Parts: sequence; C-alpha cells; structure tokens
Amino acid sequence: MNPLTDITLNHYLALSGILFMIGMAGVMIRRSILVVYMCLELMLNAANLALVAFNRFSPVAREFDGQIMVFFIITVAAAEVAVGLALIVALYRLRQTTNMGDLNSLKF
Amino acid sequence: MEALFFWIFAVGLVGAALAVVLNRNPVASALCLVGTFVFLAALFVTLEAFFLAAVQIIVYAGAVMVLFLFIIMLLDIKAEAKRPVPYGKICGVLLLSVIFALFFDQVLTALPAGQSILKWSGEISSDAKGIGMILFSRYTLPFAITAVLLLVATLGVILLSKREVK
Repeated sequence: MNPLTDITLNHYLALSGILFMIGMAGVMIRRSILVVYMCLELMLNAANLALVAFNRFSPVAREFDGQIMVFFIITVAAAEVAVGLALIVALYRLRQTTNMGDLNSLKF
Repeated sequence: MEALFFWIFAVGLVGAALAVVLNRNPVASALCLVGTFVFLAALFVTLEAFFLAAVQIIVYAGAVMVLFLFIIMLLDIKAEAKRPVPYGKICGVLLLSVIFALFFDQVLTALPAGQSILKWSGEISSDAKGIGMILFSRYTLPFAITAVLLLVATLGVILLSKREVK
C-alpha cells in the first residue's frame, strides 16, 4: 500500500491533528485576542474534520450521525463566535486594548 | 484521483492555517482563515459530505468571517508592532508539538480501521436528505435545544453590546 496514492482514514486524522496543533500554537504564541480567537476556530474545525472522516469510513453505510454532530458543532460555534466577539468589544470599551499582555488584572 | 485532490487540499489547508498564525496583520489573518475554511469545505467534498461543505462555506466563510472582519474594523486594530520574537514560547510550542505527534503516531498505528482506503462511490449521494431524515426524527430534541441556544446567544449579545443607561 502506497501512502502517497492510497488515501486512508489515517491521512485525514493526521491532517486533523496537524490543524489542531497549528491552532494550539497560535493560541499560545499570539498576543492579539482576536487572532487567538481565530486560532480557537481552527481547533474547532480540526475536530469537525476528524468527525466527518470517521463518518465517511464508518462500516455502517448511509449513516449520518457523525455529520449531524458536525452540523450541531457548526451551529454552536456560530453562536459562540457572536457572544465571544461581543465580549471582546465590551472588553475593548472598558480597557481600550486587545492585547492579552495588558489584560492581567486577574493575574496573581 | 482521490489522492491528487486530497494532497492539493491538505497542503492548501496547512499553508493557510500557518498563515493565520504567522501574519502580523489581523485583517490578513482573517483572510487566510477564509482560505482555511474553503479548503476544509473542499476536504468535506472529498469525504462525500456535500451538505456539510455547503454549510461550512455559508456559515463559516460567510457569516462568521463577516463578523470577524466587522469587529476588526470596528476596533480599528493596527498590525502588531514589531516586538522581539518570543523564542522561548516557540521552543515550548515545538516541544509540545513533537510530544503530541509522537502520541498521535501511537494512536494511529493502533487503529486498525485507520488502514481502510478512500474510494469515491462516483454517485451524487443524497446526504442532505439523509441528514434531514434523522435530524427531524432521532435528533429532534437536540435540534430544539439548539434553537433555544441560538435565542439565548442573541439575547446575550444584545445585552452585552448595550450601553449602560444611567
């Protein structure tokens, strides 16, 4: 089996893991709260990719439970983005900054 | 054919995701994020999830990204100033990635189902119909709860963005 020409479930899972790692690295490295939020979206989408791949390769044909789960995740993520961005705007009004380094008043 | 499309979209996806993290300008990051979502939708198509690919484009690349760009313009965010590259943090992230990759390798090699090969069926599947059938039969309650969640989110956003009335 040639790993370059035969695409398996593992290919999709590895890609999902790489996407998750990129998102996690962004959350840890970046200082701008908006970009951190975008990287959180990347991590959510990595999970979606894994779920769709598992659904496609499931032994039971014509079952869509994995896709239903992704459908719900997309819905919840859209709501989460709206609330999160409203929080960021409220924070900006209060502090006039979106740099995570300046938001340290809860830090011990 | 499957392999060709998978590799094109996979390389595009990883490149766009890296550009999101590495760009200093938040607007450029947001545009690269749109690219990431489009490539992800293309990968959904290679997995024969056509309905989800359409939803991904409409909801993420449409609604969510408009919201992001709107907030970026509203807050008038400048590109991040040149600051010393956080080498310590980058080393930490690389170390964590290596550990994560090792664990992942272990999990994937232990997964017998992971060896099954992707074969396109060649027919346009009626996945929207299948999803609709079980969404409104087996998953009716979660669907109704999602509606309540969206209502709560709407109310929350209105409350959060309202100015204090003194």
